[in-house]
Amino acid sequence: MKIYLPLDSAAVALGADEIAGAIRAQRPDVTIIRNGSRGMVWLEPLVEVETPAGRMAFGPMTLEDVPALFGDLAQHPKYLGLTEELPWMKAQTRLTFARVGVIDPLSLASYRAHGGLSGLERALGMSQPDMVAEVTNSGLRGRGGAGFPTGIKWKTVSETKADRKYIVCNADEGDSATFADRMLMEGDPFTLIEGMVIAGLACGATKGFVYIRSEYPIAIEVMQKAVIIARAEGILGASVLGRGPAFDMEIRVGAGAYVCGEETSLLNSLEGKRGIVRAKPPLPALQGFMGRPTVVNNVISLASVPVIFEKGADHYKNFGLGRSRGTIPLQIAGNVKYGGLYEIAFGLTLGEIVDKIGGGTASGRPVKAVQVGGPLGAYFPRSLFDTPFGYEEFAGKDGLIGHAGLTIFDDTADMLDMARFAMEFCAIESCGKCTPCRIGAVRGVETIDRIKRGDAAAMPILADLCNTMKSGSLCALGGFTPYPVMSAVTHFPDDFQTQKEAAE
Amino acid sequence: MLDSVEVTSRVGEILNDHKGMEGSLLPILHAIQAEFGYVPQAALPIIAQDLNLSKAEVHGVMSFYHDFRENPAGQHVLKLCRAEACKSMGADRVADHAQRALGIEWHETTKDGKVTLEPIFCLGLCACAPAAMVDGKIIGRVDEAKLDSIIGGLK
Repeated sequence: MKIYLPLDSAAVALGADEIAGAIRAQRPDVTIIRNGSRGMVWLEPLVEVETPAGRMAFGPMTLEDVPALFGDLAQHPKYLGLTEELPWMKAQTRLTFARVGVIDPLSLASYRAHGGLSGLERALGMSQPDMVAEVTNSGLRGRGGAGFPTGIKWKTVSETKADRKYIVCNADEGDSATFADRMLMEGDPFTLIEGMVIAGLACGATKGFVYIRSEYPIAIEVMQKAVIIARAEGILGASVLGRGPAFDMEIRVGAGAYVCGEETSLLNSLEGKRGIVRAKPPLPALQGFMGRPTVVNNVISLASVPVIFEKGADHYKNFGLGRSRGTIPLQIAGNVKYGGLYEIAFGLTLGEIVDKIGGGTASGRPVKAVQVGGPLGAYFPRSLFDTPFGYEEFAGKDGLIGHAGLTIFDDTADMLDMARFAMEFCAIESCGKCTPCRIGAVRGVETIDRIKRGDAAAMPILADLCNTMKSGSLCALGGFTPYPVMSAVTHFPDDFQTQKEAAE
Repeated sequence: MLDSVEVTSRVGEILNDHKGMEGSLLPILHAIQAEFGYVPQAALPIIAQDLNLSKAEVHGVMSFYHDFRENPAGQHVLKLCRAEACKSMGADRVADHAQRALGIEWHETTKDGKVTLEPIFCLGLCACAPAAMVDGKIIGRVDEAKLDSIIGGLK
């Protein structure tokens, strides 16, 4: 008997290790494969039993549900049917996450059997300009949040002459509501490694780093093991797969600074310095890690590269809308009934994502606001639920899609409190380089407290302060904190007036 | 407290393990904290000398990052997520409850030295919020009752 049970952090946080222990105690003969998560977090821990018909899903599992796994499966109290037939799974377009939850994350044989390394095999037969063109033609844009075309970054690094070049993977996924990087690294680490190797080949870089935040212990462990396996199997080392040039990589661990998710801070941190933002220019593509040309890409950007090479740029580009091409792993989180990861082509409306896929709130109360794009993203009210999910579409509504995380709030949320939190978070995490961010965020908290006390004169000051932060900060921390603050003010004015009116 | 001879010899070994590594300061500080539970002041000049930095520069790096401790933590460290997704599911309420139950504020340690309470901003468990981390173990959907049993287990 073969059972799949995720090692994914969300599954573990909900008791997957205890379920594994109970299965082993009752049936030592059962093979347990600790896979990635399928992304249905409300069903975790999700157990899958291999049957002749396919993998049968059971969840959310409790210790009491374990013995019934060894009886008539169709009668099991947590029986869900075939995993692949569940509506959540069927409606997705899984390109980047095709293998996550399916394979044993640390089995290279399983990775190969599901199409792994075919992208790299193809890349090895291509010239550097052709490889770069493949990425450019796919329309892939940076999935970390900024949405910069990945191919253009690669082209710059590829065409710059230097004694050393680097590929740096930004796995400092600090935004609340985002966990796609974590799930990918935990569930299919070889995809990221393959993407980085292809980037190395295309750009002439021989060394890669994955900078993972320390808050992700399981992802760190899985990636470290995967790198050792990849090195032993010749994917990494003196000659990629015995045919290509050299490429090797290291896993580095962050130290709890949110700002290091910003690429120039990350580079400073990787160099062993304070994670202070650098002014651009020079671009990291010209002077990045140790002053050398460096590609800095997000986990999902790099992990989307293998499928682009495997199936071709056109296949990838044909998904999406407008200038947002391909698929995006939505991370539906917060106060939501069906939360998790859902990979789909760009273009669904916010309302479809929140109400149809997410099923509304977990509390059963009405949805009041959705913060899209993490702590630096805007709060969207129901009246903007017709906004299609795309980079330009969200920018057009004074928001951003960021790393595609969505935090849902019910009607008990106090938006003044959320705006204050955005400023407080910015004050705690500011690297200190830019005054509008370092001081402005502290003053922002004080100004919002004045508004809360009913001081109407503080409202224009807050707007002015946000304007200063927006145009006077080098990076998105100070520059984008005004998004959650001003969107809360604009879309939820009632939450900023209650105290004043009560006083009058 | 540790004696300085012990710190010197162990830090020396850690520095040796990181020779030739590009940008090695963070990995070194992580290794020292894993060894001692904090970064002893006595380690800073040794690191500085080895990496050809000033002691102020090493201190500057160490103090920039939330993870590195100047002093040992309590026997157990309880981290509660304060970020938006957890807030949407009642993280503030849970945090208030924890502070009352332990009788301490953020960054403080209980008088008996048992538990240190720290805020954390996102564990990537945003679809099963609120989230906590207890001595490195992650826990989802933490409510007041679950928190009481966690705290009970630490005492």
